[in-house]
Amino acid sequence: MTSARIIIDPVACDAYGFCAELLPEAISLDEWGYPVVDGTPLAPELVAVAQRAARDCPRRAITVRLRKSGI
Amino acid sequence: MSSPGDTLPATARYRLLGHPSDLAAHLAALGPLPLPHGGQMHSWRQSFVAALEASGLTGRGGAGFPSAIKLNVARASGPRGTVLVNAMESEPASDKDKILLIRSPHLVLDGAQLVAAASGARRVIVCVPEGRDQIAAAVTAAIGERTRARYPVATSEEVMRPPDRFIAGEESALVSWVETGRSLPSFRPDKGIPLQVGRRAAVVHNAETLAHVSMIARIGPDAFRAHGLQEDPGTSLITVGGSVEQPGVVEVDRGTPLIEIANRASPVGRPQALLVGGYGGAWVHPDHFGTPYASLSLRSIGATAGVGVVVVLGSDACGLSETARVVHYLAGQSAGQCGPCVYGLPAIADDMTRVARGQVDSELMARLERRLREVNGRGACRHPDGAVNIARSAVQVFGADLRAHAHGAPCAHWNRPTQLRFPTARRTA
Repeated sequence: MTSARIIIDPVACDAYGFCAELLPEAISLDEWGYPVVDGTPLAPELVAVAQRAARDCPRRAITVRLRKSGI
Repeated sequence: MSSPGDTLPATARYRLLGHPSDLAAHLAALGPLPLPHGGQMHSWRQSFVAALEASGLTGRGGAGFPSAIKLNVARASGPRGTVLVNAMESEPASDKDKILLIRSPHLVLDGAQLVAAASGARRVIVCVPEGRDQIAAAVTAAIGERTRARYPVATSEEVMRPPDRFIAGEESALVSWVETGRSLPSFRPDKGIPLQVGRRAAVVHNAETLAHVSMIARIGPDAFRAHGLQEDPGTSLITVGGSVEQPGVVEVDRGTPLIEIANRASPVGRPQALLVGGYGGAWVHPDHFGTPYASLSLRSIGATAGVGVVVVLGSDACGLSETARVVHYLAGQSAGQCGPCVYGLPAIADDMTRVARGQVDSELMARLERRLREVNGRGACRHPDGAVNIARSAVQVFGADLRAHAHGAPCAHWNRPTQLRFPTARRTA
């Protein structure tokens, strides 16, 4: 079983907000337009979209970290 | 004598404060620096790390990370690295590292040498902020004294002068400054990957932590553990200030009740609250004044040991106004890299100002709560988290004031001069 998490590099992020449009299920925007993720594992059906959001980020601020979990 | 921790003079009493300043007296008190001699590096290292592990020493710079683990990470990342002595002490309410370096520089330098020897580092750099010339002069004089006396050291010692900014002392910002000349924290989702200077491992230790290292290596972990608690041993240097008659730095056993620490500085009247852990720390209500100064106990009341600071808030002050000042100060000290910090801290500071002035309504409180929740943990470094901590604790500890303000009772103290310390424009001491 693999779990995936979204990691946002806050230094790189410039609040374009494309990620929240692509993936509203996992990414919301704060009042200044910066993405908020809750840090919980991503639902498996969202992993592909999250990877697309990472590719489409103009600042390359998103990493989707896949990790094999023992559970 | 070459293996650290194997001798414990019966008379040795574990104290950092009061340790001698000059090299001869330092050596008379503690004996020679126990560095490895040729061929015995491996066994020396093992016993040094074992002594540190047995001591249970944790970092005294704020994060409280176990020192032995930090050493092992640096060791595992290869030789020829750099040991950075963090004497930036950017916390405005703290003086402990300054006092330690001015009074007992050899204690700190020896700790850095031991860590350098154990990790195979080739450079020791003491980082003292621009403008704090008294500290830099003390350290430079001590290095000169060691050179003239042909004091045996593992590697060279030098002083560097980063800018005097709050964020410059954050460990990744310190490494960044040495490497690039810019004090910028880096985003490190995996803290297990060591920082680097010149593509070699760089390990950053707080000045006080290194003073403990050099004591533990010489008089043994048991002398350290004779103080404090089983799960949080040793002593800590704490700067006590605020509404007190005798502000200053004290050395206390870990586990000492907060109010006893405050009492060492003779508070003016009965304290209204204590600020523990510095400006990114937390206010503590009188109900919890008996809480032991130890990581776990402090965590249970929403505080942290943080940097060693206890500020006494007198009864004639407004804790909410003081908090607004602190959060405004912290907002102004952001490195300016991360949106949640750049926009979030000024917004939280403005909310706190409204709270202090009694411009409170349910909308404001809901907005503040949301901002505190959302900004927390979203910077590359923990700078915004500190601002959130103090604001959150203020809302709880001064809740009665807050409700009174909300019902239109103005605060009698909101426009009084602050009881806290803030750097004036730029430090030039």
